[in-house]
Amino acid sequence: MIQLFAFYLFATIMIASAALTILARNPVHSVLWLILAFFNAAGLMVLLGAEFIAMLLVIVYVGAVAVLFLFVVMMLNIDFAEMKAGFVSYLPFGLAIAFVLAAEILLGVGIWQAGPIQLSNRAAPTPDDMQNIQAIGALLYTRYIFLFEAAGLVLLVAMIGAIVLTHRARGSARSQNVGRQNRRRPEDAVVNIAQPVGKGVEL
Amino acid sequence: MIGLEHYLVVSTILFVMGVLGIFINRKNIIIILMAIELILLSVNINLVAFSAFLGDLVGQVFSMFVLTVAAGEAAIGLAILVIYFRSRGTIAVDDANRMKG
Repeated sequence: MIQLFAFYLFATIMIASAALTILARNPVHSVLWLILAFFNAAGLMVLLGAEFIAMLLVIVYVGAVAVLFLFVVMMLNIDFAEMKAGFVSYLPFGLAIAFVLAAEILLGVGIWQAGPIQLSNRAAPTPDDMQNIQAIGALLYTRYIFLFEAAGLVLLVAMIGAIVLTHRARGSARSQNVGRQNRRRPEDAVVNIAQPVGKGVEL
Repeated sequence: MIGLEHYLVVSTILFVMGVLGIFINRKNIIIILMAIELILLSVNINLVAFSAFLGDLVGQVFSMFVLTVAAGEAAIGLAILVIYFRSRGTIAVDDANRMKG
């Protein structure tokens, strides 16, 4: 009973906040609605018994991705009222596409309901005596270790790409030139002179 | 009782919402990126729901990789957006035709 209530609560809030994400006038509000949608999706994942994915959603999406969106929205000085122009003219076409897509997917789900799916041999059956996080760890660090490392590589490439794309060398900043420092010799840098008395030093 | 169909319907609605968001916010690329995040979230719900109801953990492992790619995609997309804004002073994507040849 409580499960039913929680499911409908999470699902309703998630869909409502997703709708407000795409309809909000101000992109900052959009990002905040997106965060609410992610929190409620995490609740749905907890209901399904996937605590690890739920925590990952909260940490990665809310903690990193949504904050990144928030930074970019607040950093760029954009006239958002102008962005909203054409919203009404795109709406009928978008709604038509969305309706057709929803009808197709729901039709597919309806046809699938005609016969239940049973997997004869599962790739990695859920163990009964382990918690979700333990079971995923046992799977991820053994059988899927290469995929796990590939995911790390994807993140590394994304990080390097983002830094290289947005990095901008400012002309006014004084930065270290390592090659010039290493080429410098004492004979270029130091001059011994016999300074006569009563004359100025020529620099 | 909550069955797999409930989760499938929820993720369908979320997916369609994301597609609708791409179509109606055609000028604002920030909202388009957020709509893509919504689509990937619905895919994740689908994967985890099937994983839970079929008793197979691979769905959750796969969902983790989808999350990884989504995070990388958001970072790169926003980086491209920032440099586009720097050079053009606007983020209207409907007149982004500099490279059309």
